Amino acid sequence: MVQLQADSLACQRGGRTVFTDVKFTLSSGQLLELRGPNGAGKSSLLRLIAGLGEAVSGQITLTGGNGDLSIGQQAHYAAHQEAIKAPLTVAENLKFWGDFLGGGDMAAALAAFDLKALADYPAALLSAGQKRRLSLARLALVPRLLWLLDEPTVGLDANSLDRLTRLLRGHLSSGGLAVVATHAPLDLIADATLVLGTAR
Amino acid sequence: MQKFANPARFLKLAETLLPPIWGVTILAFAAGLYMSLVTAPPDYQQGETVRIMFVHVPAAWMALMVYTSMAAASVMAAIFRHPLADMAAKAAAPIGAMFCLLALITGSLWGKPMWGAWWVWDARLTSVFVLLLLYLGYMAVWQAIEDPHRAALIARIVAIAGFINVPIVKFSVDWWNSLHQGASVFRMGGPTIDARMLWPLLIMALAYTLLFVGLLLIAMRSEIAQRKLRQLRLAGIEGR
Amino acid sequence: MKLIWALIRRDLTLATRQGGGAGTAIGFFVTVIVLLPLGLGPDQALLQRIAPGALWIALLLSVLLSAERIFQADYEDGSLDAMALGVVPLELVVLAKAMAHWLTTSLPLAVVAPLFGFLINLDPQDILPLWLAMILGSIFLSLLAALGAAITVALRRGGLLVSLLILPFYVPCLIFGVAASRASELVQPSLLILTALVLASFVLVPVAAAAALRAYLK
Repeated sequence: MVQLQADSLACQRGGRTVFTDVKFTLSSGQLLELRGPNGAGKSSLLRLIAGLGEAVSGQITLTGGNGDLSIGQQAHYAAHQEAIKAPLTVAENLKFWGDFLGGGDMAAALAAFDLKALADYPAALLSAGQKRRLSLARLALVPRLLWLLDEPTVGLDANSLDRLTRLLRGHLSSGGLAVVATHAPLDLIADATLVLGTAR
Repeated sequence: MQKFANPARFLKLAETLLPPIWGVTILAFAAGLYMSLVTAPPDYQQGETVRIMFVHVPAAWMALMVYTSMAAASVMAAIFRHPLADMAAKAAAPIGAMFCLLALITGSLWGKPMWGAWWVWDARLTSVFVLLLLYLGYMAVWQAIEDPHRAALIARIVAIAGFINVPIVKFSVDWWNSLHQGASVFRMGGPTIDARMLWPLLIMALAYTLLFVGLLLIAMRSEIAQRKLRQLRLAGIEGR
Repeated sequence: MKLIWALIRRDLTLATRQGGGAGTAIGFFVTVIVLLPLGLGPDQALLQRIAPGALWIALLLSVLLSAERIFQADYEDGSLDAMALGVVPLELVVLAKAMAHWLTTSLPLAVVAPLFGFLINLDPQDILPLWLAMILGSIFLSLLAALGAAITVALRRGGLLVSLLILPFYVPCLIFGVAASRASELVQPSLLILTALVLASFVLVPVAAAAALRAYLK
């Protein structure tokens, strides 16, 4: 049983207090939805979990995962920036991340967001939505325990949204965990919702 | 040490320390300048020009000492996360740069009559010039990075990396056949300099050190005030 | 190791597809060299005397010119975030990026630089030692450039700051590089010191640069 636990987290950015006393517990197969207005700290919290931020106080622990790796090394973090290189083709982009992250399943990644037809086109030619799909395909490329998604639905059409939902569902049912910050409600029942930025 | 981590405590400490520091600084400068300009004998080779040394040598010592303490403060900040350590390093930089510039200018004034040129590119002069560049680079980092927390992290790396130059400055006269004269005070086997010249040198060094401490306290005080102002401003836009 | 190689290969591919990298740097290098006789006058003896030093200075400036971008693109498009979550330590990422920069920019520059010595009457005897010293020294230049790039990765006008921060560190490389380029014999103390500089930077730069990148990711 894998469990992600946050306890009395506080976060500051540029000297400004973003949030204080955030806590949650998430077990395998569960999805935590982050809600809240702009600047409430949804993105900061996701980065904090990934280890890409520093908490002023409190701690995050992952029990039952791979003890040799940090939380971030067991997580996918997908945000607004898509980590795509325009001169490389779709397949080359995926191939790099597959290699760099320790071996990936290219076929699964291409299939997850219906990218097969685009595989040999340079990423520079992709539309915003297609880039988004390529970026999210990393989730299917390399299996990782914890998914940290920051507004993953932005720019996706109904079909792709559907694929994302399916992918998430598959991830959860195979024992994965996910924390998703979103404005648009997903077609998925979140096991818990954390609303940031209400106590002022 | 941790006791002074609290800015309020530090401010109080600075408040009590500053008046006596300024008092002793003025006394030390008066005594040091009198001794170096009046009682110290002229050098048998350099004549009266040697008196520039009493301003020049302690300034060069300070330039090295201040950079060393900046690097030390940066290491402390990285290891012990002492909140005042970054601030101290930041506040020390312009003062150290000033000493460094003073050493370069007075050295140049001395070099013209002695070597016949305002500037020569030998190992000592070049490495001190590099020291000045490192001071400027360090200050530029603080200026360029908006977020003070991030700036502190980056400035630490720059200060520690630049420390490599300090031993190069110190030993440049031994390692390379430099035009600049070798060490005559801090050397193995004791000083080789006449006591009537050594004393004014040491008293001037004391005066410079006190001046540094006084200026540092003032600079840190204003740094604390600036951070407080920033906090208040941030609180002002909170939730608007 | 395979993971590192994936990163180096990606950067090499990017450099060849985007072009610009080495080509622009070499163009800049030649321009600086051409400006010299225009500024100093066409005195052949004078030019011959300053040629190794002038070529070295032009090399430093050309490498610095391309330094700023080493990590910037990866920082801006989020690749660096994802890399920080990889199993490869950030120190090795820095080393890989620095090596990619060396292969795509500094090494090509160092290889062609002595050939342009004819523009400023370089003594043909100096070509071989200059070549050796530049190829060796260019590794140091790329590593330090990577450090400067890491320190300024998120700054909008980091280019000038990179120069201010890194040029002081280039001083020893310049001094010993030029000394090694004038040698009558190929292997001599200056070249050994240059080697020591390269080795030291191999160890120290990744640690410092990775610390800087972490500070920016936080």
